[in-house]
Amino acid sequence: MIILAFIVQTLRIATPYLLAASGGLLSERAGIIALTLEGWMLTSAFCAALGAHYAQSPWVGLLCGVAGGIVAAALHAVASIRYRANQVVVGIAINLLAIGTTRFFLRLAFDSSSNSPRVPGFDWFTSSGAGAGGVLDTLASLLNPLVVAGLLALPVVGWLLANLPLGLRIRAVGEKPEAAESLGVDPARVRWVAVLAAGALTSLGGVYLALDQHQFTDNMTAGRGFIALAAVIFGNWRPARVAIACVLFAAAETLQIQLQGLQLVPSQFVEMIPYLLTIVALAGIVGRAVPPAALGKPTA
Amino acid sequence: MRRLLAVMVALLAVHTALLFVRPSQATPAFEGEGLDVGVVFDVGGRGDKSFNDGAFLGAERAIRELGARVRYIEPGEGTDREAGLRLLAAEGMDLVIGVGFIFSDDLAQLSREYPDVRFAGIDYAPPVDAAGNMIPPPANLAALRFREEQGSFLVGALAALVGDSKKLGFIGGMDFPLIHKFEAGFRAGVQAVCADCQVIAQYAGVTPEAFRNPGRGQELALSQYQSGVNVIFHASGSTGLGVFEAARRRGKLAIGVDSDQQAEAPGFILTSMVKRVDEAVFSAVQSVRDGTFQGGIFQLGLAEQGVDYVYDDHNRALIPDSVRARVEALRAEIVAGRITVPFTR
Repeated sequence: MIILAFIVQTLRIATPYLLAASGGLLSERAGIIALTLEGWMLTSAFCAALGAHYAQSPWVGLLCGVAGGIVAAALHAVASIRYRANQVVVGIAINLLAIGTTRFFLRLAFDSSSNSPRVPGFDWFTSSGAGAGGVLDTLASLLNPLVVAGLLALPVVGWLLANLPLGLRIRAVGEKPEAAESLGVDPARVRWVAVLAAGALTSLGGVYLALDQHQFTDNMTAGRGFIALAAVIFGNWRPARVAIACVLFAAAETLQIQLQGLQLVPSQFVEMIPYLLTIVALAGIVGRAVPPAALGKPTA
Repeated sequence: MRRLLAVMVALLAVHTALLFVRPSQATPAFEGEGLDVGVVFDVGGRGDKSFNDGAFLGAERAIRELGARVRYIEPGEGTDREAGLRLLAAEGMDLVIGVGFIFSDDLAQLSREYPDVRFAGIDYAPPVDAAGNMIPPPANLAALRFREEQGSFLVGALAALVGDSKKLGFIGGMDFPLIHKFEAGFRAGVQAVCADCQVIAQYAGVTPEAFRNPGRGQELALSQYQSGVNVIFHASGSTGLGVFEAARRRGKLAIGVDSDQQAEAPGFILTSMVKRVDEAVFSAVQSVRDGTFQGGIFQLGLAEQGVDYVYDDHNRALIPDSVRARVEALRAEIVAGRITVPFTR
């Protein structure tokens, strides 16, 4: 029972990481630095809460959230693909913009600088009251379309990158856009597709956060986008390893939650783990980190 | 390249513009006699259903009952908080209120620069000298502090008496001394009525972000409920909204903080440990109007009704009369000084 609870909690915590990391992987493999995952997630979490509130339906919230994520991704794409701006600068700008605009519209829509009202979410099969907390109930918390999407996201992205013509093109423009262009592939267009798809995937992570909490709260992503990016880097831009990194980070967090009462390890240390591992990976201590060769470079 | 520059400049302009845009309120005219009060909110801002809203309620009451003219400033993400206070002080307000411990240093500084303006700091943390003694604030600065540990003591006792479990939960936001006060009081309250009860205390993080992470709050609470805890007291800002979500999901109880949070999860909120920030703000304005304003450190505890717990029609059904009587007896002991509540872990 304890192990089951541990696994289930790890999967719940990993869901936003898996979704955002799959988007980040797609974007980075196409050569666009995914520093904006945090901003995309925050934007989509807000749009999801907005949609779910006005339509009183989680499905409308899902659609709005994905739409919001795609818009934010389009902004990123315009600046970094169309206008060839420095991707790191654009990434930071979009993250800041997301914090500011979500708070602004939060205030406008709900007259609060802190949180939205309660919105409907995907809580099928969750009982409360007597009998809650049993094995079935623990498992039932996974019966959420977004948790399922989280489990499928990286395998699907991995398969796409490995097997589809589009995947090959994405990898080509991420490694050597000139070569892709000489074969008649338009690198800019491929990057556009990859970034918009990345925005859609990442936004599912934001939608999950908002609908699972049944509300949007100011800056609710709390650095999850950066942890997802850390997972992409630590996973050496390979889908399977990225998935393992996401689950590893989530398991560390779960362990911290479950052990914190015992004060075995200082919580400060566990909070460092994802970032520490990323530095370790980048420093090449365990294997060599090989980013896509054209990462961050604008196409000609 | 020039086009890129133009786009970036436009984006920057829009972004900068957004920083200043907020739903406009009629800007009060500053002319003639009257009581001018400026309030600068903490991170979280109005609508946090907690601390800042408490200050807002108090100020609104001052407008209604005392005819005060109030100006609110809500600093944005990462902006210079001090600028808001300075602006209000420079405009010659009668009273400038900084809501939150974060303003402590700025208030101490500004109250020296503007000796004719009166200042009040909610949760003001006095600076300490090298020997560790508190440096008293200037005469035009009222430091309004709350004895959160006393209110937490009462909800701790209440939780242990109602909880039907030997395990009680505490979830704090950022792991630092201000929140340790809540934990220490809660623990002492639990121990006072149930010597062999155990308190599981957890924190959402070590940065201010820990006050805004409901996802983490929910997972912490779920694992506490899983381990046999029936009542959780949170002192964690909007992270606590996740605690309430977990209480709803598991059909357990949670205790709100700062203001009455009953409406966040009706039926699952045992009570709330309230800090009467509204009272503190209102009486500060009142003292300025009556000319009785005094600087210094004011500790608002149970005796001063600065902290309390909620007992009304919403939660009467959850609290048996015998429990209520027991908790009230403890309150009397604390007010009489027979029980001293610890404020550090």
